[in-house]
Amino acid sequence: MTTQASAADSVVARRSGSPHTSMFVRMLLRAAVLRRGRAASALLAMVVAAAVATAMMNLYVDVQAKLRKEFRSYGANLVVVGKDGASLPPDAVSRAEQVLAGKGMAVPFAYVVARTANGQSIVVAGTDFDRVRTLDAWWKITGTISLHVDDSSDKPPTSAWIGVRAASVVSPKLEPFDLTFQGRTIHLVPASQIQTGASEDSRIYLPLSDFVAWTELNPTTLEVAANGSPEEVNATMQQLVQALPGAEIHPVRQIVEGEARVLGKTRSTLYASAILIILTSALCVLATLTGWVFDRRKDFAIMKALGASERLVSGFFAAEAAALGAVGAVFGFMLGIAIAIWIGHANFHAPVVPRFSVFPYVLAGSIAVALLSALVPMSLLRRVQPAIILKGE
Amino acid sequence: MFARLLYESFRRQKRRKLLAAVAITLGVTIATAMIAVATDIGDKINRELRSLGANLLVTPQEDTLDVEIGGVNLKPPSDGNFLNEADLPKIRGTFWHHNIVGFSPMLPVNVQASAGSGAANVSLLGTYFSKMLTLGKDQFTTGVRITHPWWKVEGTWPSDESQDVLLGERLAQRWSRRPGDTIEIAGQPHRIAGIVSTGSAEDDEIVSPLALAQQVLGKPGAVRRLYVSALTKPEDALARRDPKTMNPELFDRWYCSPYVQSIAYQLQEAIPHSHAEQIRQVAQNEGTVLSRIKGLMLLVTLAALFASALAVSAAMATAIFERRREVGLMKALGAGNVAVAALFFAEGTLLAIFGGVVGFAVGSLLARQIGRSIFNANIEIQPVLFPIILAIAVIVTFVGSAAAIRRAVQFDPVFALRGDA
Repeated sequence: MTTQASAADSVVARRSGSPHTSMFVRMLLRAAVLRRGRAASALLAMVVAAAVATAMMNLYVDVQAKLRKEFRSYGANLVVVGKDGASLPPDAVSRAEQVLAGKGMAVPFAYVVARTANGQSIVVAGTDFDRVRTLDAWWKITGTISLHVDDSSDKPPTSAWIGVRAASVVSPKLEPFDLTFQGRTIHLVPASQIQTGASEDSRIYLPLSDFVAWTELNPTTLEVAANGSPEEVNATMQQLVQALPGAEIHPVRQIVEGEARVLGKTRSTLYASAILIILTSALCVLATLTGWVFDRRKDFAIMKALGASERLVSGFFAAEAAALGAVGAVFGFMLGIAIAIWIGHANFHAPVVPRFSVFPYVLAGSIAVALLSALVPMSLLRRVQPAIILKGE
Repeated sequence: MFARLLYESFRRQKRRKLLAAVAITLGVTIATAMIAVATDIGDKINRELRSLGANLLVTPQEDTLDVEIGGVNLKPPSDGNFLNEADLPKIRGTFWHHNIVGFSPMLPVNVQASAGSGAANVSLLGTYFSKMLTLGKDQFTTGVRITHPWWKVEGTWPSDESQDVLLGERLAQRWSRRPGDTIEIAGQPHRIAGIVSTGSAEDDEIVSPLALAQQVLGKPGAVRRLYVSALTKPEDALARRDPKTMNPELFDRWYCSPYVQSIAYQLQEAIPHSHAEQIRQVAQNEGTVLSRIKGLMLLVTLAALFASALAVSAAMATAIFERRREVGLMKALGAGNVAVAALFFAEGTLLAIFGGVVGFAVGSLLARQIGRSIFNANIEIQPVLFPIILAIAVIVTFVGSAAAIRRAVQFDPVFALRGDA
């Protein structure tokens, strides 16, 4: 008996402790549980809207970075040259790479005009073959010959990349040939043929170390591919100016401006689509939720008939809408992140990093839309006498 | 009776019907706009990619080697062969001339130039700025202002018929010249119309109308190189094949596809004694960028379609859910499940058709607006899109309503009428 009494007491005590809140919470929960179907369809609309909004915001931020990376396949966007044709310091590459810190690469180039055996002028360049392959992936490099050192001399011949047009002049059958620069002759074996459709086709490329040993000249040009937004590239440029005092640094305007233009247009299209999609889903949520609240005019009337104040009733419906918005936002956010990741995988073969920073916006937006859609029918209902609603008209 | 039920349902429940119709209309609007934008974005972005410069280079067939470092030509100017300027308008007569956005002939000449304090041996580059050409009745403009959009001019662009020149930015700084000043080129005074900034070798050069460079060189009609900017289709296996090894049928297919290779082939046909080559830096990379952007828009469109389909479904489900009591009454009066379902489906179809038509119209306008404001060009709406959109709207409405209708007809009329709905 005593235990029962104390249990009852405690219930009374608990209820009397916070009668309003507990009733309020119970009403909120019961409303969702009892009308599962209706609540579910309203929640579904909310979730879809929040998911789409999340996915679009995530993509909008991330796609630009992804596309910028694609644009780096166009090659260098910065060029470093020695002032007045002077050579760059021998450690220029490592200094530049230090500035880039993994966000890009630098490739050294050195040029001279040499003479072929029959006295023709030809441009010879020294560079880092592996780096060029990565930076200028569009170079068509064909016919890599595995070198057999069957030369009787003790020093193996230097292998060179030879442009298609240069090849027709110096070595049409890809036979070994000689080049002379300032009286020094080098014996070269064409290892591969390169084709770019530009001035590279008329040149011969040597590994940088062989080039330096032959001409005793250091690189005069660094081609730099710097990743990142225009601001980051600009900052990289300033740092390069400091790291390489004796050099001039220019952006490759053709690439930089073309990239900016294409990216700008893509971003605007994505932006317009995002606004359209978010707006439409918000309006659909508005339509669905308005119907839902309007449909519950009987609850509204009963609460008023039982003596609930206008504020309490409004507060109840508002809290309900807000709760729906919040729950919808949470599920929608998760779904949206999943959609963004899927799009990143399907299109860019790289994951889109989930941006949790957009969550507050999605949450606030969802709750705002939900409150708005509760507000419209509420203001309509407030003018109507509860008796008329309860009578069923 | 059925028709009357349908009519009365629309007449009496204006608010509910309106909400459902609004949801469908919005869904269709966004679907139309997104599909229209996604189908046309490839073409639009392809045009924007042309701002990265020409993707084809035409040179004389028997050309000698370029001796050029960092864009500076070190070879004597009279050396080598030339293209004939008179052949250039023929480019407009090729199969894919609609895809050729523009072309610019180039003729570099080494000249002695002097201006006030400075005198030096510099390179004079003759080209078209915005030249009006005619082929038959066809009139068109072309030049560096189209093919090299990153060239910036302070002052004004000279006319292609004038003797005025553009002075490279660094040269202008060295000689402290301003637009409107004069400069002496090979003994003749010329007005500087503007200062050109390109970020590359032209900053140290003088850029002039093509006729002036030819006059200085003493070779009228001579063109050293021709840059062509063309809209192309990304390369595939067929594009890379050698046309000489193809059978006639395959060759026709290759010839009639706007691959960069087939356009190069056609340029070679149009211009005698020429060799056309793709500029791989530009030509090879635009395919990837283009396909990424197209893919992105496609996926976004899919997501949008999915979202609008779900939104329409939710709206339809709500609309039907609200009418349980009506269903109860109908069933109590002897209506079968089929009759009730048929009524709902008929209502849904009407709503879908209405929403489809209005949504298509609004969506088309939206797509057009997007095209105008972002790309300064109209987005073409394919008429074939209309029946597709309408079909999608009806199907989505049906599918969206199906579950709710099933639940509604299964509901016991007694509960519905008692007011427990």
